[in-house]
Amino acid sequence: MPARASEFLAGLIFGIGLLLSGMTDPAKVLGFLDIFGAWDPSLALVMGGAIGVGLIGFGLARRRTHALLGGPMHLPATRPVDGRLILGSLLFGAGWGLAGFCPGPALVNLAAGEPAALPFVAAMLAGMALHALLDRRG
Amino acid sequence: MSIDWTHFTPWSALAGGVLIGLAATLLVLCNGRILGISGIVGGLLRPGNDRGWRIAFLLGLFSAPFVYAALAPADRVAAPVIDAGWGTLALAGLLVGYGTRLGSGCTSGHGVCGLSRRSPRSLAATLAFIGAGVAVVFVVRHVPG
Repeated sequence: MPARASEFLAGLIFGIGLLLSGMTDPAKVLGFLDIFGAWDPSLALVMGGAIGVGLIGFGLARRRTHALLGGPMHLPATRPVDGRLILGSLLFGAGWGLAGFCPGPALVNLAAGEPAALPFVAAMLAGMALHALLDRRG
Repeated sequence: MSIDWTHFTPWSALAGGVLIGLAATLLVLCNGRILGISGIVGGLLRPGNDRGWRIAFLLGLFSAPFVYAALAPADRVAAPVIDAGWGTLALAGLLVGYGTRLGSGCTSGHGVCGLSRRSPRSLAATLAFIGAGVAVVFVVRHVPG
């Protein structure tokens, strides 16, 4: 299998997983984050199912020096927890809690023609570009 | 706290999660790449030449709603419920875009791949973004005024 086909397939399976799991419905996401109200624990099972499989996959990946279809393994280097990590994650979580969208589900909704995904994704790309710009200067 | 049993969908959540884990496994084993959406998209917004795999992945992701609609029973293809107005959506998008790049990841990169790699950084990031999300939903839904 060519590498591009595998990358395409990974995106497709990931997107179908988001749709089937309910992650693409902001009401469902906000129901999960609303632990002080009527809490919908479904998304804990999404993470549980994904990590259950992922522990095996990444356990195998860690022992490899090359990807199965060639090329090096691009695994993140081990770094300490720092302020950027925490501040960035807090800002992300605040945005996630405001709209119920994280990046993957927002892109799937955009592709599905959901109008509300448009301002979100446009602003998300602007936020990412802003970070790239500031990062290059700093 | 009370459990919202009417909206709790354990089986589809678990099955969808397993597909997400399989997709991340496929990408890391076959291509040596981390399935992190903010990293994949963010990488297209800065100079560099490793664009092909990002574009191939995103084309697959964009195809998902069409393949899902063709495969899933009609009662499983529901339109999402979005209450937020455009101003809120734009503010949320800006926070998500800037925050995920500053924090080097989102739900998929830290929450799925990072926790699967047992990365302490990803655990800290996941606790931070879920904590912030819970706090914002609490303020929006349960603080009067």
